[in-house]
Amino acid sequence: MIRDPKDLQRYDAGERANHWVVGISFILLALSGLAFFHPAFFPLTQLFGGGTWARILHPYIGVLMAFFFVLLFLRFYRLNRMTDADREWLSRAKEMIDGDDHNMPEAGKYNGGQKMMFWWMTICMVLMTVSGIFIWKAQFNVPVDLARFGAVVHAAVGAIMIALIMVHVYAAIWTKGTIRAMWYGTVTRAWAKQHHRAWYRQMTGK
Amino acid sequence: MALQSLDIKQRSATTTPAPQARQTIEIAKLIDVSACIGCKACQVACMEWNDVRDEVGSCVGVYDNPVDLTENSWTVMRYSEVEQNGKLEWLIRKDGCMHCTDPGCLKACPAPGAIIQYANGIVDFHQENCIGCGYCVTGCPFNVPRISKKDSKAYKCTLCSDRVAVNQAPACAKACPTGAIQFGSKEDMKDYAEKRIADLKERGYDKAGLYDPAGVGGTHVMYVLHHADKPDLYSGLPVNPSISPLVALWKGAAKPLATLALAGVALGSLFHYVMKGPNEVSKEMEAEVEKEDAP
Ligand code: HEM
Ligand code: SF4
Ligand code: SF4
Repeated sequence: MIRDPKDLQRYDAGERANHWVVGISFILLALSGLAFFHPAFFPLTQLFGGGTWARILHPYIGVLMAFFFVLLFLRFYRLNRMTDADREWLSRAKEMIDGDDHNMPEAGKYNGGQKMMFWWMTICMVLMTVSGIFIWKAQFNVPVDLARFGAVVHAAVGAIMIALIMVHVYAAIWTKGTIRAMWYGTVTRAWAKQHHRAWYRQMTGK
Repeated sequence: MALQSLDIKQRSATTTPAPQARQTIEIAKLIDVSACIGCKACQVACMEWNDVRDEVGSCVGVYDNPVDLTENSWTVMRYSEVEQNGKLEWLIRKDGCMHCTDPGCLKACPAPGAIIQYANGIVDFHQENCIGCGYCVTGCPFNVPRISKKDSKAYKCTLCSDRVAVNQAPACAKACPTGAIQFGSKEDMKDYAEKRIADLKERGYDKAGLYDPAGVGGTHVMYVLHHADKPDLYSGLPVNPSISPLVALWKGAAKPLATLALAGVALGSLFHYVMKGPNEVSKEMEAEVEKEDAP
């Protein structure tokens, strides 16, 4: 269902579905996790049917997300290898944030910032999954010092991850014409040429 | 709380002050290890008063039975054979919750009101508010709370808060045939302990002393030990217990700060949008691409 035949395909249906499964799981994990994080957020447990249900569900949603993140990782890691152009992009990221992208180096399918986000998310996912298992009392019984360590790591990395995801989502909202890539997979040619010129050329041969 | 004897001093996952106009005295249970004969009357009384029955296990070759605290055994006797001054000594310790003044379990618990500390010093688990996460186990420096396999709730010694509320001594103290378990105000218990310690010192235990560890702000279950310099002789009683630095870090100031930081990121994004505007595809770019694509 491409709206304009000239639009460029950025994600196929499988990639989009995979991303949504991870995204929805993440939101549920963040909401239930924050509930245990600080008393100010405890009322969030009501979204899950109460404290006990939130406690039961959270780690299973975590396992689901971890599984689908591995699939997402396998789909995208090749496209997220850092290049010198990406490093150059990152060193000039301030201009981008200031809203002036005229002098930014050309980006491929992903720019340096997106690639950094990808690797940060990957590291966070690993840390969250391992530390989550350490504090999963209902299923595992690890030595208490490991559980204490796991609790610190899970809480700290959880907060970092929520911040990263807020930036990730905001970047998609800020850059108009991006969200549709996750709805139906395509972007306009002008969007591609402006934001990911190297990818645009690769896709169109222009 | 209607019952003054159960005024609340601290409540888990609660950031506002507890009512504190009324002042109650602190109580304590004193376990005189040197007077304990290991008969387990206290264990039985605990089961009976609290209506908990553990599964009947099997003998593991020593007197320890059950071998560990469980959700149904809130106190167990621990027996250790040690050599001190060239003599065999059979040290018997009644293990269970210490009712810490600074309770790690309460600090760690994320569920409001699942763990309560009364003004009299008793730390009590309120299972109806417990979500079964096991954080209390992570927080406790004495390895006391147990999560039930049946209902996933946390259980431990209540210091018979229900009995104490109506001016009764805990069931274990009532049942002890040798007077090794004393109960009263914390001050009185310390005075009583002093006499016991003086007596022990006279009898050659010159390291006898009171176990009321300062690392957790003192406890409301205290021991008279013949070897107070070596608490670990008594089946691993911690020498200098305190809330683990990892738990303090996990539950400390970092969390409110992290919460502020998250709010900062969210608001920062909003204001970035409001002040810099969206990152749109420029009209020039649209025209340029349109021209390129024209047949
Ligand atoms: C990937 C697999 C994950 C597993 C296995 C897992 C497991 C757990 C477990 C067992 C708990 C303790 C509460 C309970 O028993 O339910 C917990 C708490 C928590 N989780 Fe996760 N989790 C995972 C992913 C995540 C993610 C992605 C987030 C992110 C936003 C998150 C945020 C939190 C937070 C903030 C807490 C509270 C930490 C605290 O008490 O300070 N978790 N998690
Ligand atoms: S001994 Fe453990 S369970 Fe008992 S009050 Fe202290 S921290 Fe809590
Ligand atoms: S398991 Fe322990 S820490 Fe968790 S809610 Fe129950 S009492 Fe609180």
